[in-house]
Amino acid sequence: MHEYSLVQSLVSRVEQIAREKGAVSVHRLVVSVGELAGVDPQLFQTAYDTFRGGTLCENAALETRRVEASWRCPGCGRPIARGAVLSCEVCRRPAELAAGSDAILLETVEMEVP
Amino acid sequence: MCTTCGCGDPDLVPVELHEKILAGNDRAARHNREHFAQAGVLALNLMGSPGAGKTALLEATARALRGKWRLAAVSADLATDNDARRLEAAGIPAKAITTGQACHLDAELVHHSLHGIAWRETDVFFIENVGNLVCPAIYDLGQAANVIVLSVTEGEDKPLKYPVMFKAADLVVLAKCDLVPHLDVDLAKIEDALARVMPRPRMMKLSARTGEGVDQWIAWLEEKQAPFAKWRRAGAALAAGHTHAGGGGNDRSR
Repeated sequence: MHEYSLVQSLVSRVEQIAREKGAVSVHRLVVSVGELAGVDPQLFQTAYDTFRGGTLCENAALETRRVEASWRCPGCGRPIARGAVLSCEVCRRPAELAAGSDAILLETVEMEVP
Repeated sequence: MCTTCGCGDPDLVPVELHEKILAGNDRAARHNREHFAQAGVLALNLMGSPGAGKTALLEATARALRGKWRLAAVSADLATDNDARRLEAAGIPAKAITTGQACHLDAELVHHSLHGIAWRETDVFFIENVGNLVCPAIYDLGQAANVIVLSVTEGEDKPLKYPVMFKAADLVVLAKCDLVPHLDVDLAKIEDALARVMPRPRMMKLSARTGEGVDQWIAWLEEKQAPFAKWRRAGAALAAGHTHAGGGGNDRSR
């Protein structure tokens, strides 16, 4: 259940940004979750709902966007099929993960600034 | 407040960030990594299921490197310091990190633990993570490499079931290989599964009980440790004012 510690980092970062911008409240957060980020979006949502009370995120809706993982050859750019051996069958080079496939990113914070 | 039409609605400002939620941990990990590099210490993050044989691998390592290298370890579990005591008994100065409810180590926890152990005076520093194939995978600790211990009793498809963990591995140590004759396990299937989750699959077979494969593991450690030993010698030479007096300071040329 590392989702709780991730949510803790998320909320404290959002509060920091909100204070920097002089926001009175936060309305919405958008977080992208890569398929290989090791995070379950549903659990992340549950952890967020548990944790946001009493913080600046109390009334902020969380939107999670799932990013499908994809591997490709760093040489010829050929995509590697899902579940296949992670090596290009033409160039024989080790596959490379496309950006976002294994990341958990805070994309957008929507806040009310007076 | 909206002043365009006078409706009184609040002004919503979207702030585009596109930043890692684990950025704070990554910063702490970079800090740890700098410490290890400056001291010339090879730090390894040892991960695997509970009972895979992580502690047994370290005990076998201590037997093989006795009198040759200085080792130290921190060992994480939710409760008890049993593993740290086993490591101490094997001759590895060790400290337990009891994580309570946390299922993984993070870079801050590792940094904090460094204050209680003489890690600078070691050649290899092992961070034995919480036994878990899920959560530890996403936390960078500042290690030079990730080693995953997978035992032959765990099932051939473990890498396919836990791709996030195995994707992060630099080396998979296939442990308890002395049990293979008693099992129906097909090692080729494990290798095939690894090739589907690791772009640079590397696996070595080992038995901590019989010592099979330990030489190969030590050779891998030596290869990984070499650049750190070089930095340490360079740092010691610098500290000694390039006098090359020999035998003094931290220069432990082998």
